[in-house]
Amino acid sequence: MDLTWYLALSAVLFSIGVLGVLLRRNAIIVFLSIELMLNAVNLSLVGFSQGFGDVHGQILVFFVMSVAAAEAAVGLAIVIAMFRNTLTLNIDEINLFRG
Amino acid sequence: MYDFLLADTARVLPILVVAAVGIAVILLDAFRNDSPSIPWLAGAGLVAAFVLEGFKLYDPQVAFFGQVYSGGAAAFANMVVLLGALGSVVLSVPYLKRIGHNYGEVHALILFATVGMMTLASAGSLITLFVGLETMSVCLYVLTGLVREEKGANESALKYFLLGAFSTGFFLYGIALLYGATGTMLFSEMVEGLAVTERTGIFVGGVALLLIGFLFKVSAVPFHMWTPDVYQGAPTTLTGFMSTASKAAAFAALVVVLARALPVDLVAGEVQITLSVVAAVTMVVGNVIALAQTNVKRMLAYSSIAHAGYILAGLAAGTGEGYGGALFYLLAYTVMNVGAFGVLAALEWDKEQGAIQDIESLAGSGYRQPILGVTMGVFLFALTGFPPLAGFIGKYLVFAAAVDAGLTWLAVVGVLASVVSAYYYLRILVVMWMKPETDAPEAARQPFALATSTTVVLSLCALLLLILGVMPGGVIEAAQSYFDAGAIVAGR
Repeated sequence: MDLTWYLALSAVLFSIGVLGVLLRRNAIIVFLSIELMLNAVNLSLVGFSQGFGDVHGQILVFFVMSVAAAEAAVGLAIVIAMFRNTLTLNIDEINLFRG
Repeated sequence: MYDFLLADTARVLPILVVAAVGIAVILLDAFRNDSPSIPWLAGAGLVAAFVLEGFKLYDPQVAFFGQVYSGGAAAFANMVVLLGALGSVVLSVPYLKRIGHNYGEVHALILFATVGMMTLASAGSLITLFVGLETMSVCLYVLTGLVREEKGANESALKYFLLGAFSTGFFLYGIALLYGATGTMLFSEMVEGLAVTERTGIFVGGVALLLIGFLFKVSAVPFHMWTPDVYQGAPTTLTGFMSTASKAAAFAALVVVLARALPVDLVAGEVQITLSVVAAVTMVVGNVIALAQTNVKRMLAYSSIAHAGYILAGLAAGTGEGYGGALFYLLAYTVMNVGAFGVLAALEWDKEQGAIQDIESLAGSGYRQPILGVTMGVFLFALTGFPPLAGFIGKYLVFAAAVDAGLTWLAVVGVLASVVSAYYYLRILVVMWMKPETDAPEAARQPFALATSTTVVLSLCALLLLILGVMPGGVIEAAQSYFDAGAIVAGR
């Protein structure tokens, strides 16, 4: 199949992720959208890698997956710590610092 | 046939040393959480790595088939990072004791973040770049939210995490597009790869997205919104760490990308225009908003945004002098900002990591703690850019490079912005030395004993700024030799 299809799907998924981050207000949904962005890029990397017949793109995909897992662990820990103190996940209500 | 493995391992030895000490600290921490030997171990590891990097300062090499640069510019940047980390480790110990969060894992996380920064600054390929950046960022998210009982710290950590991960998405997409346009992850092969595929459109898109990721990490306008909130809520000495070392590593990696991965005509064309506009806006916005701040940490956060602008002016020049000037500036900036945040940490009284501590609460503190008052004076004059301190030399180098590259307007904007910055830097000194002590709230006037380690680090930082300001010759020569025309052609 043509490389263009993979790239188009990847771009569409990435855009959905960006819109999710910008429009949704729940911290966990925002984080999910960020994961969607990372995985959309993975699709691009695999597509390019297949197109070039070169393995480096797929190596980076493995690193991205492990980094995403590490980020998920840290991110959810931060969200839990915040929920214990504020009892909200709405990022509009988190506004102690201003100016 | 595995000879190269041994030789290449020796070339990245400093990074491995820091990582090994980090693991040792984690293990020690698992058995004795409050062991006083933990910071000593961490400090010894950082010093060892610093010395090892020092030997390679004039010996640029490539390791692991071009994935990592070692020695030369990478060694210089790594030494800056290690210096920042070392200062932060020593300053953190008394500070964390006072706020009651003296955990061993803080030092382990600082060490792991340092490993990420060193990997980032030594990156020779897009894969190494990404892994280094993320190792650094994930550790910094945790350090920001260290005081997890407090709403302010939670908010800082969450904002840093969500926006940092968001920018990582763009950074990664940029990497994917660069790979798609060139068919290689190695910086040194990118220009050739682009000539084969001729996918110029994808390449430019990739460079743009990669720049967005970098500009976010160095907190340049318009990607700076997270910086004040994160710096205000994070533990103060760790704010010093993340505002200096992480910035040094990200800038060093950006310099390597500009000098070694991108085609010369692109760097001298679109990239130069973009960077110079971003630099000008960053200097002006950072300094002007800093004028209006009442919280000292928040003021220093905007000042760090402005300093990112000065360094970007050196990068916009796109010459060996500009890149070298930026590296020197990073060294000076690391020393003076670690020191300034160290003084603030020592003067902290509000039990919320300085989040609600306004500038008036420093009134008269210069007389109560003369060492803090004098060293803070040195740091603030250096941040303003007064001769004979290192901050002046750094500013001179980046602006001179910008003028040589035909960006005179940028240098003019930069100098005017520095003049504005003198107002808010010197206001801190006025409050510290010339306001009566009774202006400060009762809680701020409690006497306290200054830890010996804090005194030593702050005095050394001030002394180093003076030495670098009076005799910067050798350091400047080294920094500027890494990226002159001959060195780049040789692929080093």
